[in-house]
Amino acid sequence: MTIYNFLLKLTGSGILASFIQSLLPLFVFILPFALFAVLLERKVSAHMQDRLGPMRVGYHGILQTVADILKLIQKEDITPTDTDKPLFNIAPILVFAGSYAVFAAIPFSSAFIGTNISLGLFYIVAVSSLVVAGILMAGWASNNKYSLLGAMRSAAQIVSYEIPTIMVILTIVMVSGTLNLNTLSEMQTGHFWNWYILGGPGAGLSKFLLIPFMVIGFIIIYTSTLAEVNRTPFDIPEAESELVAGYHTEYSGMKFAMFFLAEYANMFAVSAIVVAIFFGGFQSPIGYLGNTLGIHWLIPIEQFFWFTMKGMFFVFVQMWLRWTLPRLRVDQLMAVCWKYMIPIAFVNLIIIGLITYI
Amino acid sequence: MLDFESEKEMITEENNIDYKSGNIKTEEMVLNMGPQHPSTHGVLRLELELDGEIILNVIPHIGYLHRCFEKHCEAMTYPQVIPYTDRMDYLASMYNEFGYAVAVERLCSIEIPERVEYIRVIMGEFQRIASHLVALGTYGADIGAVTPFLFCFRDREKILSLFEMTCGARLLYNYIWIGGVSHDLHPDFIRLAKEFVTYFKPKIKELNDLLTNNKIFIQRTANVGVMPLETAINYGFTGPNLRASGLKWDLRRDDPYSIYNKFDFDIPIGDGRMGTVGDSWDRYYVRVLEMEQSLKILEQALNQIPEGDVTSAVPKRVKPPVGQIYSRVENPRGELGYFIMSNGTVNPYRIKVRGPSFVNLSALGELCRGHMIADVIAILGSIDIVLGDVDR
Amino acid sequence: MKTTEEIYKILKEKYPESTGDLITGQPVEEFISIAPLKISEICLFLRDNEELLFDNLMNLSGVDDANGENKKDETGANTIEGGTLGVFYHLESTKLRHKLTIKAAAPRENPEVASVAEIWYCANWHEREAFDLYGINFLNHPDLRRILMPYDWDAGYPLRKDYKNPEFYQGMKVPY
Repeated sequence: MTIYNFLLKLTGSGILASFIQSLLPLFVFILPFALFAVLLERKVSAHMQDRLGPMRVGYHGILQTVADILKLIQKEDITPTDTDKPLFNIAPILVFAGSYAVFAAIPFSSAFIGTNISLGLFYIVAVSSLVVAGILMAGWASNNKYSLLGAMRSAAQIVSYEIPTIMVILTIVMVSGTLNLNTLSEMQTGHFWNWYILGGPGAGLSKFLLIPFMVIGFIIIYTSTLAEVNRTPFDIPEAESELVAGYHTEYSGMKFAMFFLAEYANMFAVSAIVVAIFFGGFQSPIGYLGNTLGIHWLIPIEQFFWFTMKGMFFVFVQMWLRWTLPRLRVDQLMAVCWKYMIPIAFVNLIIIGLITYI
Repeated sequence: MLDFESEKEMITEENNIDYKSGNIKTEEMVLNMGPQHPSTHGVLRLELELDGEIILNVIPHIGYLHRCFEKHCEAMTYPQVIPYTDRMDYLASMYNEFGYAVAVERLCSIEIPERVEYIRVIMGEFQRIASHLVALGTYGADIGAVTPFLFCFRDREKILSLFEMTCGARLLYNYIWIGGVSHDLHPDFIRLAKEFVTYFKPKIKELNDLLTNNKIFIQRTANVGVMPLETAINYGFTGPNLRASGLKWDLRRDDPYSIYNKFDFDIPIGDGRMGTVGDSWDRYYVRVLEMEQSLKILEQALNQIPEGDVTSAVPKRVKPPVGQIYSRVENPRGELGYFIMSNGTVNPYRIKVRGPSFVNLSALGELCRGHMIADVIAILGSIDIVLGDVDR
Repeated sequence: MKTTEEIYKILKEKYPESTGDLITGQPVEEFISIAPLKISEICLFLRDNEELLFDNLMNLSGVDDANGENKKDETGANTIEGGTLGVFYHLESTKLRHKLTIKAAAPRENPEVASVAEIWYCANWHEREAFDLYGINFLNHPDLRRILMPYDWDAGYPLRKDYKNPEFYQGMKVPY
């Protein structure tokens, strides 16, 4: 049974139930996750660099993000004089909305999915492109040459790297036959050998032939989504040592906090997509505790737990990459996309298509 | 919302531009990497003339850190100048003092005890390693790899605590005096220094694995900012920058001072293995290899150091004869030269410091032509300047 | 490797009227004094001659010789009139391993020295610094303007021996 039915029974009104259901990802998941992710990044980076990170606020620094949010709320909202006021104010909202709207179609567990539309993947790819418009607005309206440069680079980068992402998504759609993320996750039931990274739920020769190409597809989509989120090694738009802070140089206070939160929400969103496509979504790799104990309402909770764990692992790998690798230059970034990733993704697509035909 | 009305009068006969590709005016953009910037290594203002992302010209503007060192010296006595020399190249203070002491001792013909020579060489080589660690760490941080920066600074902390044990200061020492040094070594110094030498060797290998051979780093720095050898000599490049362009020129070997001729060490040069000879990767890698050679010198010096009295030759009053001298030492950044003119009194008549970063920075316009903005940062980091030395 | 006397002989043969004296006897360096307006010609010869090959300019520094008379001007401050301002060049050859010191002295009232910035690019910024701090005008320099002081500093040349700090600079009080 789903959360919508549960809320319907609770409140008795369909509108109220859907309203509460749509707020659930934001308050139950994204905000606590963003709070936690900021702290996680600081602790992870600190331990990789042989130091400790925040230690004072709370036990070993757990409450650090709460202190940061309280500080950012109190800050004065400085707007430079010659900016384009409407664009300047809308830009952070667009960026945040583009990142947040993706969560509507992500299956957190079998009991909860924001909206079970049959075009899930298509919707996600389309909506996450709103971020580009927001970034361009932020760069232009800041009236600052550095921000403008950062915004142009970012627009070029995000738009280019969507192409390999879409091609890998196409291969999965070909293999599985559906765009609906919920159905994709349900199709990978059983144990971990039914996940798409290991060939999918079928059996027989085609499953084993698919494995290396699925791994290549996974690497391509993971790297392209890294570029879409502007993380190192692709973080030219916010390159700290070249352009001070790129397109969000002139923002302060709550608007800066929105850019900040949007980045972490976006990180989880793309990790969630990768997990849902390749790693079984909310399915557990080893079977359910609820099944063995006979408690059936435990299963959705377990699925939520597994989904979060897998998502967090990929977020951790993103952070790990950020603190290890240097940054690529703009033209090298474009060269990697157009000269290497797109041809490889194309060839991958063709070969997987041939294999599924067998 | 945005409202924009076009008036019919805007496009008139006079300004009816014929929008063909030959007539549209494009301008070069002038971008200012201002005095405050995270990666210009100090207060340096770079004016970039850009055509899109390609650089047409780079004009450095300096003088923000000018503290009138040369005018001050004319009012001090010779020993009083030493704290001022520290503050010029504040990341290699021991070597600044070393150069000044060598210059004045050559002018006055003072003989110094052998233990003092060994102590000066040991301190100088530790300072060279510390300075190169800063250069490599900040270079990685500019390129985007933040973690090696922390590793380099962790190792540098150990060197600075050795210095603190000897003379009480971590960064600006006032330790090497004319005719000797100010304090003798702490009794534990040699043991701890030898421990550091054995601790540091595998750390260089770790740095190589993390940054030097990283494919992305190589792509950012190879073939960027190539300086051919003849141009390098003409521009007055010295130090690791000149060695990276292929010339085996080291003042410790070619114009020897102190007791460097007793030690056995190599002089690494750049060979263009990742790109061309004289590019930024070569300048970076020469510094890594120099750190290894410094460790070699340190091992030999720490084993051979004799006993003695360190303050016995320090004169009560330094009054050089009338004359002049130009004497130079091998700073971690290049050739540091002191031109001292004396007129027989206790105050110097004229001291001119030839700072290596001053001369190296003048070549920036030549190196950056035709590259992109991101490359300016890579080139500037590889030349390794310190603004205290540029402006004095 | 040549000594300074041998180089002095070569220069005296080639440019007899521009080459001055060889000043010896004082520690540590001997130097050759050369007429200021001919110095670029002589430096080009020094760089390109196969026996000399001075391809590296180590240092170029301005010096106030202070060999004029001390006078008091209208405000009672000490000024120096007459005398010369000098420029020292330290040259070196990386191939032949010898060094040389040259001095060019220009009159204090209107100091003009030929520029060697086209011969060794290193001299470009050194000459700008000598102009900034001493007021020596280098003829044919590509871009002669102040380098260490602010570009609009109009109160004189700081390293001269008779320099006084101005009272105000752009509204800010200078001595404090």
